[in-house]
Amino acid sequence: MARVIVDVMLKPEIHDPQGEAVLSASHRLGFGVVTGVRQGKRFELEIDGPADSAALAAIEELARELLANPVIEEFTVSTG
Amino acid sequence: MSDKDTVQVATASPDQPQPFAELGLTPAEYAKIKDILGRRPTAAELALYSVMWSEHCSYKSSKVHLKRLAPNEEQARKLLAGIGANAGVVDIGQGYAVTFKIESHNHPSFVEPHQGAATGVGGIVRDILAMGARPVAVMDALRFGPAEAHDTARVLPGVFSGISFYGNCLGLPNIGGELAFDPCYAGNPLVNALCVGIMRHADLKAAVANGPGNKVVLFGSRTGPDGVGGASVLASATFGGGDGKARAKRPSVQVGDPFMEKLLVECCLELYAEGLIEGIQDLGAAGIACATTELAAGGEGGMRVTLDDVPLRDPSLTPAEILMSESQERMMAVVAPDRVPAFLGVCAKWDVEATVIGEVTGDGTLTMTWRGGTVVSIPPRTAADGPVYQRPMARPADLDSLQATAPDGLDRPKDGPALLATLLALLGSADEADKSWVTAQYDRYVRGNTVLAMPEDGGLLRVDEQTQLGIALATDGNGRYCRLDPYRGTQLALSEAYRNVAMTGATPAAVTNCLNFGSPEDPQVMWQLAEAVRGLADGCAALGIPVTGGNVSLYNQTGDAAIHPTPVIGVLGVHDDVRRRLAAGFATDGAQVVLLGATREEFGGSAWAHVVHQHLGGRPPAPDLHAERTLATLVATAASDGVLASAHDLSTGGLAIALAEACLRGARGCRVTLPGDPFTALFSESAARAVISVTPGREDEFAALCAAHGVPATVLGQTGGDTLAIEASFEVPLPELRRAWEGTLPALFG
Amino acid sequence: MRIGVVTFPGSLDDTDAARAVRHAGAEPVPLWHADRDLRGVDAVILPGGFSYGDYLRCGAIARFSPVMAELVPAARAGLPVLGICNGFQILCEAHLLPGALTRNAGLRFITRDVRLAVANTDTAWTSHYAPGQQLLVPLKSGEGAYAADPATLDELDRAGRVVVRYANAPNGSARGIAGVCNEAGNVVGLMPHPEHAIDPLTGPSGDGLGFFTSVVRAFAGADG
Repeated sequence: MARVIVDVMLKPEIHDPQGEAVLSASHRLGFGVVTGVRQGKRFELEIDGPADSAALAAIEELARELLANPVIEEFTVSTG
Repeated sequence: MSDKDTVQVATASPDQPQPFAELGLTPAEYAKIKDILGRRPTAAELALYSVMWSEHCSYKSSKVHLKRLAPNEEQARKLLAGIGANAGVVDIGQGYAVTFKIESHNHPSFVEPHQGAATGVGGIVRDILAMGARPVAVMDALRFGPAEAHDTARVLPGVFSGISFYGNCLGLPNIGGELAFDPCYAGNPLVNALCVGIMRHADLKAAVANGPGNKVVLFGSRTGPDGVGGASVLASATFGGGDGKARAKRPSVQVGDPFMEKLLVECCLELYAEGLIEGIQDLGAAGIACATTELAAGGEGGMRVTLDDVPLRDPSLTPAEILMSESQERMMAVVAPDRVPAFLGVCAKWDVEATVIGEVTGDGTLTMTWRGGTVVSIPPRTAADGPVYQRPMARPADLDSLQATAPDGLDRPKDGPALLATLLALLGSADEADKSWVTAQYDRYVRGNTVLAMPEDGGLLRVDEQTQLGIALATDGNGRYCRLDPYRGTQLALSEAYRNVAMTGATPAAVTNCLNFGSPEDPQVMWQLAEAVRGLADGCAALGIPVTGGNVSLYNQTGDAAIHPTPVIGVLGVHDDVRRRLAAGFATDGAQVVLLGATREEFGGSAWAHVVHQHLGGRPPAPDLHAERTLATLVATAASDGVLASAHDLSTGGLAIALAEACLRGARGCRVTLPGDPFTALFSESAARAVISVTPGREDEFAALCAAHGVPATVLGQTGGDTLAIEASFEVPLPELRRAWEGTLPALFG
Repeated sequence: MRIGVVTFPGSLDDTDAARAVRHAGAEPVPLWHADRDLRGVDAVILPGGFSYGDYLRCGAIARFSPVMAELVPAARAGLPVLGICNGFQILCEAHLLPGALTRNAGLRFITRDVRLAVANTDTAWTSHYAPGQQLLVPLKSGEGAYAADPATLDELDRAGRVVVRYANAPNGSARGIAGVCNEAGNVVGLMPHPEHAIDPLTGPSGDGLGFFTSVVRAFAGADG
């Protein structure tokens, strides 16, 4: 049993109104130090067996097919 | 230790201390339970009684008063199921029946506005579903603290996003409701959700478990620790009171999944269509505890449940927690053994998990086992029926002086410009301002049968595409009127909802109610409740329509400060032909504008007194139920004859607001002359009045109808132009009115 | 003519799409998401709603349904397909249409009657309209902002594949795009709901009926 993390973010050029809303709220709370926010998704996958290169390749394919929409999103895969 | 507390153990350890007080039971109630069982209760039984006997589930403080609402013979004839069944059912003709109910989710919405409001919608929808109906629309009546208050900005947007999130995903059009503000709701917002469903007469389902050998099936979401001790506990105590008891309760809020609820709706309707169930109950407050006791109590025999078979999201739950869990989107059905495979098959088709957890027995006992031990063994009716209290009542000490402080002496606008300034102030006040900012978040179109929705006076749904049969709905309440006089104020709320339904051209047929009050341990609150129920009972009898059911929400107070008594009344009407519906806005130029009804100097609790002078005193307007009836009959007749171009009732803000709204909604002006004193004509809030515009060319016909129905009719003027013009007073361009009206809510809440 | 209307778990406007089909003079045929079977229909509608609760992304799970395994090749072979709102989202996720639908710029769900202009009357679903015809149709969505990279947007403009445009997009859609079509013009997706504008009694106008009468007329015409 191992854990694999897939982080999905909107591509940089895609408008992120949720991130903007979070930025405004941060400023309203006094956190002027924050100058930008982008919001994404984190998937924690439990897999059978070790997180070896074969498993990671399979997860990458899953990420491309399902977890991320390649038209507007990009992703990274890592072990948790 | 609690999961090993079986009946055997309890019998052997009678003096074991138990946390009954933390669970909300009084020492007397605890003693009563021991009396009923002949021993101390097990931990699971204690949990079960504590939630079933909570105020929210048992209505123990209000039951004696609610008895007044039982229908007389005339009222009962239209009912297929009355108070006590999950939701009242009304015959609307052509073989159709309608079930509707309004329910509160006040305390959870203060704690977690989005989920509190969302799960409130979910709960009332399941109530309707459990009657055998397809839910077809929702409405919501909402009350918050002052619009500019910091905490209102926390609670309000969350409530709207929650209702929108749940209702839209579930696919139910939101066709109306109310939004009001008052300081008394600051720590206790009111979130009352209404749902209406339609079915054929034969589809009516009952919440009974009959037939020994029939299986008990739990289906829907898995059971988790959501809201353990939630709605039932939360709604049975005040927030932050002086007693440590309130602090000990965990304010736990259930989390909703509208997608699962949508699957549950379609699944249930298919189960009903296939004739696969004998009885059904939805799981709301007090979850499995409530569903099992009510199903068992509703039948003649008993029930046996294996708690180990309840599908769990969290395997560490104890029997007490399983019983108290308020996980959402669950139903419980009684199914004949030979139908179980087909039942499970339909559930599988809809991806709804379903598990047989027990069966109906003939022994008159509700028995539950866990890991081989019996953890519950009780007579179900003793839990379902609960205690009945005659709480002490006392007329509020300050009521005499409050009623004596009428707003008659307050400064009144004397000339045209001052009258206009008052109109603009009222139009832009949070209570009267345009609510589109809110309602744009709701889907009104889904299901394709919405004929009228907010901001119209009532929502109107088409029921039959061939015959054009329809139903109209409205909800209304007025906390300020009720604070001044709960009896009159409740009748005024009933009158307004009745009148709103009549404005669409429908005939009012039935009533539901959500009674929002402070703590029943305060005699002054109990007096208010008793007066309100008396007012409602008398009012419905005078109007000839039955109360089909409803909800009581008590403990809406923070410390000593109770909310204004706020009964919210929902009225359902039947429309013969929705193509003949009327809307509020002036529909055509050159139409005669007529004021229907009689106007007196009545400003107690009025919008003018509140907005301009922050004054609450005097007596509210006098209800006139006979006049409401004749007005409603007149409008229904005129609508079906096509004599009217528009109809809009008068309520808070009087004729001034009604005229402004008719102009703004119709996007056309009018020119009118006021009878008598302009201030009274514009801002008095006398009941049983409406402003209508007549189909051009049919003025004489309408005048004759008014005379025949005995409704006073005063011709005010004519529609047309792009201003609201009050002769010899003021003339205001519509864009200026619109600015005052549309800007308020977006400016406050973004 | 028989027009299939697919029901996914969570579809909401399937009954309304079926009603629109009947009003247009065709027979609606219910298609179940789990069946690899289009039942020999002449066209398919993917209706609005919240299939799979909009979990993961709108339409992301529905696009893998068995019925879609039948639909995708049929669409590529010329079967007329109309995706409305969630249906449009599913068509984009299934790559039958370019681009994607993202969260409304204002972050809130919006129900609003919007003015649209029909920009392409050569598609299977818009042939009954006049070029540039103005429609008043309900929009009701939380994720309705059309997004695509500049090259795709330019190609859509160049090839005339924007089918309907907002007069004033309330959701931040790129270039005011309310609906697009594939290269062949048989697959159309749009966010607003024409099935809710077939009768002024229950909608803002009857302007939406044209989407449905377009395929019905073309089919009747083709049959001679």
